[in-house]
Amino acid sequence: MNMPGAASPQSSRVVLAEADIDRALTRIAHEILEANKGSQDLVLLGIPRRGYPLARRLAAKIEAADGTAKAGEITGQLDVTMFRDDLKRQPTRAPLPTQLPASGIDNKVVVLVDDVLYSGRTIRAALDALVDLGRPRIVRLAVLVDRGHRELPIRADHVGKNLPTSSVEKVRVRLAETDSVDGAPVNEVVIEDWSA
Amino acid sequence: MRHLLSTEDLDKADAIRILDTAEEMAAVSDREVKKLPVLRGRTVVNLFFEDSTRTRISFEAAAKRLSADVINFAAKGSSVSKGESLKDTAQTLEAMGADAVVIRHWASGAPARLAASDWIDAAVVNAGDGTHEHPTQALLDAFTMRRNWARINGTASAGTDLSGMKVAIVGDVLHSRVARSNLWLLRTLGADLTLVAPPTLLPVGVEQWPCSVSYDLDETLATGPHAVMMLRVQGERMNAAFFPSTREYSRRWGFDDRRLAALDAAGARETIIMHPGPMNRGLEISAAAADSPRSTVLQQVRNGVSVRMAALYLLLSGESSSAAPTQEAQR
Repeated sequence: MNMPGAASPQSSRVVLAEADIDRALTRIAHEILEANKGSQDLVLLGIPRRGYPLARRLAAKIEAADGTAKAGEITGQLDVTMFRDDLKRQPTRAPLPTQLPASGIDNKVVVLVDDVLYSGRTIRAALDALVDLGRPRIVRLAVLVDRGHRELPIRADHVGKNLPTSSVEKVRVRLAETDSVDGAPVNEVVIEDWSA
Repeated sequence: MRHLLSTEDLDKADAIRILDTAEEMAAVSDREVKKLPVLRGRTVVNLFFEDSTRTRISFEAAAKRLSADVINFAAKGSSVSKGESLKDTAQTLEAMGADAVVIRHWASGAPARLAASDWIDAAVVNAGDGTHEHPTQALLDAFTMRRNWARINGTASAGTDLSGMKVAIVGDVLHSRVARSNLWLLRTLGADLTLVAPPTLLPVGVEQWPCSVSYDLDETLATGPHAVMMLRVQGERMNAAFFPSTREYSRRWGFDDRRLAALDAAGARETIIMHPGPMNRGLEISAAAADSPRSTVLQQVRNGVSVRMAALYLLLSGESSSAAPTQEAQR
């Protein structure tokens, strides 16, 4: 049994392993190319922290599949901290860098990349942040996991895995670029049960 | 962080967090839309009991770039000249719904009094109090030094401190709150500081401070400091003769053309010359030095807006509950 207040879930299970994540990203990369009819004008913007490594992985796959796009030239990071609607409710967050590709985002096809789509509020903030940086021709959304429970009229164009969840569960995405377990980098998606 | 009153009790993690946040704020100034919506609907009051140009305008620009509403209050022409107390002035501002009060006062400790009292709930930012502290100036100086230090070392500045950097602060240390704030912040960030001044312009007890002291500017310059900060000779605070003549001062402790040439000749190409402003050209700094490529005076002004945006953001965003740890509680 858990001690009251102890920071560990009732149970946890792995829903996507390393190979599953890789397959999902390969499929999304091809979907992006298909929807865009190639890689022209494509820009992938990852939302910190885990959206950025995912955007880089997608860009590498797009480069491998298409050949004309250079992964380093089409990837960027979009920090949405300053545009969140919960700044007053959360502990103060320090903003992270926003880095756009040298070609900018004006008249580009921007694909926002994040790890988990939940309430949709992060994406709303990202759309606001994007407007202040330029005017993309099209904005699309790619996420590794869609866990439902939307609070805003937002949906993803490309989804790695739809995970029906309960709101007492937490979805943890661990990526080798940002996370490690016992010192070893891991790639996995885990559902944790936090019901009392 | 609830208030920003001094750099003496700012710990290293908070100092670096402010500087790193300022890096992101600086990026906003390069964008097409130079505004962030974070403080929309919040009110920042600039409460200035003492004259100021750049600090007040800088705070105003910073608050406006974060979409806050700004109310400027200058003691001159206000009810303060009719004898209104700090308490009554503060409570008036509280009643008008101020979320942050940026205060400059001629009395050392006035911001701390305001923050410690129950007169107001607003966050208090010290914008210079008497000869005590001027924390945002020290933070913008550290931000400027850190960028240059990172450039010299060929690294990125985010997340780094100033360890290994040699800094000299020269001039009227006695009356300078900028020197005091810099002293504590540079200690926290690990820089190596030397104060250079005539003995009459050093405070009693300076030997207790975490820095070295020199009376000879040329000797200090020969050791190759990476940054030389010239302080303004504060004539308005001098009611006694601290040095025989301005001519002698500028010759011995001013950054004049001769010292600029010596610095060039010594091959110290990366040494920057800083000044918090306003400058007395020809007294503590010559026009050639102030306008040379080494001078970071305008960089400092630009960085001031970014650093103040960072400070206001970190103070005013986040949980508004009183459970948030205060600077006092962290000591």
